[in-house]
Amino acid sequence: MIPIDHVIGLSALLFGIGAIGVLVRRNLIVMLMSIELMLNAANLAFVAFNRVWPGMDSTKALDGQVFVLLVITVAAAEVAVGLGILLALFRNRDSVDPEEASLLKW
Amino acid sequence: MNFPTLLFHAFALLAVAGAVGTVANLRNTVAAAMSLVLTMVSLAGIYVLLGAHIIAVFQIMVYGGAIVVLFLFAVMLRGDESEPLPRGRMRLVKAASVLVAVCVMAGFARILVGFPEPPAAPTDFGRARTVGIALYSDYVLLVEMVSLVLLAAIVGALVLAKRNTD
Repeated sequence: MIPIDHVIGLSALLFGIGAIGVLVRRNLIVMLMSIELMLNAANLAFVAFNRVWPGMDSTKALDGQVFVLLVITVAAAEVAVGLGILLALFRNRDSVDPEEASLLKW
Repeated sequence: MNFPTLLFHAFALLAVAGAVGTVANLRNTVAAAMSLVLTMVSLAGIYVLLGAHIIAVFQIMVYGGAIVVLFLFAVMLRGDESEPLPRGRMRLVKAASVLVAVCVMAGFARILVGFPEPPAAPTDFGRARTVGIALYSDYVLLVEMVSLVLLAAIVGALVLAKRNTD
């Protein structure tokens, strides 16, 4: 069996890389990809914890995996809407740099 | 070190390499999306090692397939442009944000010690049948609500991406 603390360590590492991507990059597409990385890190932690502590009840044994399926669905929805926003921004501003979208900034 | 552990470390290395390739690629967004595929597929391998077979299948189908294709379409539609390195005060802000992210990682690392050895999984752990039964018995309300979220996302994306014709 693979060591669970290594899995959680990998999850933390992926989350950190994703956070750095969101904070540092100035390309909205890459920022969305980094958000996907962070969601995947959370999914990995869900699956790992589900493996260590499966629920007692037999129908509840897979809670973590059910959550992962929900996160994947919401991630797909988020990407669809995010890229729609990005296309609208690109049409109006001719750039995907979030610094350019400063109309509401005071 | 047994074979699954070795396999896990290989997949973990690939996943981290893909993640770094996604974030650190300043010039080519298509290559960044391809690195993202590498990460997603490696994570699917790790899910298999953890006994979550159906999750691994969905991971490859949804992330490796649909989501990355969506990213590629967005790159194609807007054209690719290289990103200049930050200058002046921005460079300081970016360095500070990297520091914050590393601190978050270190905070996670503090809880890493002393996980129990995972128990032997039941024979049908993570198979499509058991996950499906859980989804459509205990979580049926959740499934319906998520389908509503998806519907809202489809409509929202269409409205956002539609050209104003009037």
